Amino acid sequence: MALTKEEVLKVAHLARLEFEEERIESFQTELNSILTFVDKLQELNTEGIEPLTQVNHQVNNLRKDEIKESLNRDKVLKNAPQKDEGMFIVPKVVGEN
Amino acid sequence: MENLYSLSAVELKKMLEAKEIKVEDIVNSIYDRIDKVEGLVNSFVELISREEALSLAKIAQENIDNSKARALEGILVAIKNNMVTDGGKTTASSKMLDNYEGVYDATVVKKLKDAGAIIIGKTNMDEFAMGSTTKTSYAGETKNPWDLERVPGGSSGGSASSLAAGEVTLTLGSDTGGSIRQPASFNGVVGLKPTYGRVSRFGLIAFASSLDQIGPMGRRVDDVALMFDVIKGYDDADATSVKVEEESVLTEINNGVKGLRIGIPKEYLEEANDDIKAVINEAVAKYKELGAEIVDISLPHTEYSPSTYYIIAPAEASSNLARFDGVRYGYRAENFDGVEDLYIKSRSEGFGDEVKRRIMIGTYVLSAGFYDAYYKKAQQVRRLIKNDFDKAFESVDVILTPATTGTAFKLDEPKTPVELYLEDVYTIPANLAGLPGLVVPATKVQGLPVGIQLLGKAFDEKTLLRAGKAFENVVGKMELANL
Repeated sequence: MALTKEEVLKVAHLARLEFEEERIESFQTELNSILTFVDKLQELNTEGIEPLTQVNHQVNNLRKDEIKESLNRDKVLKNAPQKDEGMFIVPKVVGEN
Repeated sequence: MENLYSLSAVELKKMLEAKEIKVEDIVNSIYDRIDKVEGLVNSFVELISREEALSLAKIAQENIDNSKARALEGILVAIKNNMVTDGGKTTASSKMLDNYEGVYDATVVKKLKDAGAIIIGKTNMDEFAMGSTTKTSYAGETKNPWDLERVPGGSSGGSASSLAAGEVTLTLGSDTGGSIRQPASFNGVVGLKPTYGRVSRFGLIAFASSLDQIGPMGRRVDDVALMFDVIKGYDDADATSVKVEEESVLTEINNGVKGLRIGIPKEYLEEANDDIKAVINEAVAKYKELGAEIVDISLPHTEYSPSTYYIIAPAEASSNLARFDGVRYGYRAENFDGVEDLYIKSRSEGFGDEVKRRIMIGTYVLSAGFYDAYYKKAQQVRRLIKNDFDKAFESVDVILTPATTGTAFKLDEPKTPVELYLEDVYTIPANLAGLPGLVVPATKVQGLPVGIQLLGKAFDEKTLLRAGKAFENVVGKMELANL
């Protein structure tokens, strides 16, 4: 299943990534060689095999819903690229269009 | 007196206890060594000053003098640049986190501090632990101390090179598909990837959560056992950590391998080159001499491991790395038009090529219409791989395999992504099956170290380390690289 340029661009958008025009083709080639490599699994018949999601057979590791100490606000905001008055600053997202 | 920087943690502890040396002697010896060789090797991304290390040494020395020494009192330790510390930068060697300062200690960091270790810095790695060369680091290349024109391996390249260069006594690495074990083999040091769930990952910058595991690295099996004893254990903050009966491993690995059943999987040797086959044959001969029983076994789905891994790991990575959006922490692009463009520009400028490649593959295999063909299929094959191990461990206690397909390659040797991915073939299965894996130095081939890999039953690191120590005892200790 070789990816077309359009499909590469679609996946890039899903991943919120963009590529310079001249890099798209080389990325497309690399991705397709990786997909060919992982396509090896299609050789195997896996009908009826239950997918393995957790090696230790853990299901849900539940705990009591208790209030515990957590990071204070200064620490949470310490690495924010832009902040003000205890809040993260982002571009305007409502009222557009 | 032997150079303190070259000694093991266990040896240093004895000397400290006997009052033959002081912690400041260790600090000075190691910092002299760092001053001499770090410019050549570039193991560290962050390093505390000698003065800071000496002030921490003073506290450790007081504890020793007052007979209050803890397990790692006064031992110098470095941690991989993807484990957060409260204060100080932790960047995962990515432009995305180039200014990131941790706001809490990872559980393993807390445990090391509580055990009296002196954490001197963060070691270089592939960006977000994605790679096997340490070349994808935003902080520049790390060199292999045995040959400065060669890679140290990766992704825990700096954690291994710093040990081989004598710049630190113990390090932590993380291993998602071999990132502790491959660099251990390339640098002639010991590295343990514990069982999935045995060591808390709280505070580890996530790559692929069903595979990631933190583990100890050192120059001797004893040192790795000592550090493993300190960092292992259940942690409320990591929902995948497992409660098991804890016992000290260090004191339980001296019984040799008489009667131990060691499996040799034929699939691991079919593709190996002659040098690697010779290393394994030699190891088999040594284990036979030591009284182990050698058993031929089969792990028939081995050849599917890399393909399985390179679906599952990128899929989980694409999900984990979705958090980097330029809003709460990490790199934010300077110019953007609206919030979506903020995400796109910040991510496109902040991530390197290999990380983008894996995010793209991961996003694709999880996308609508392809999930069953790729991700679900890979999870099914993952079960077949684990079943192979479950069956094998019915008749053996430990499995012996090559660690790497060869010795460290040249920094400038051109390799495609797929060529690099295929080199992980011996280490990936342990991550897919959640099993512990240990690499111990075996010999040198044309001047370059190479290790053997031992794989064990889940939560049976003890037997693994016992087999590793018996081997180390007969091959002799690996010297430091001559720098």
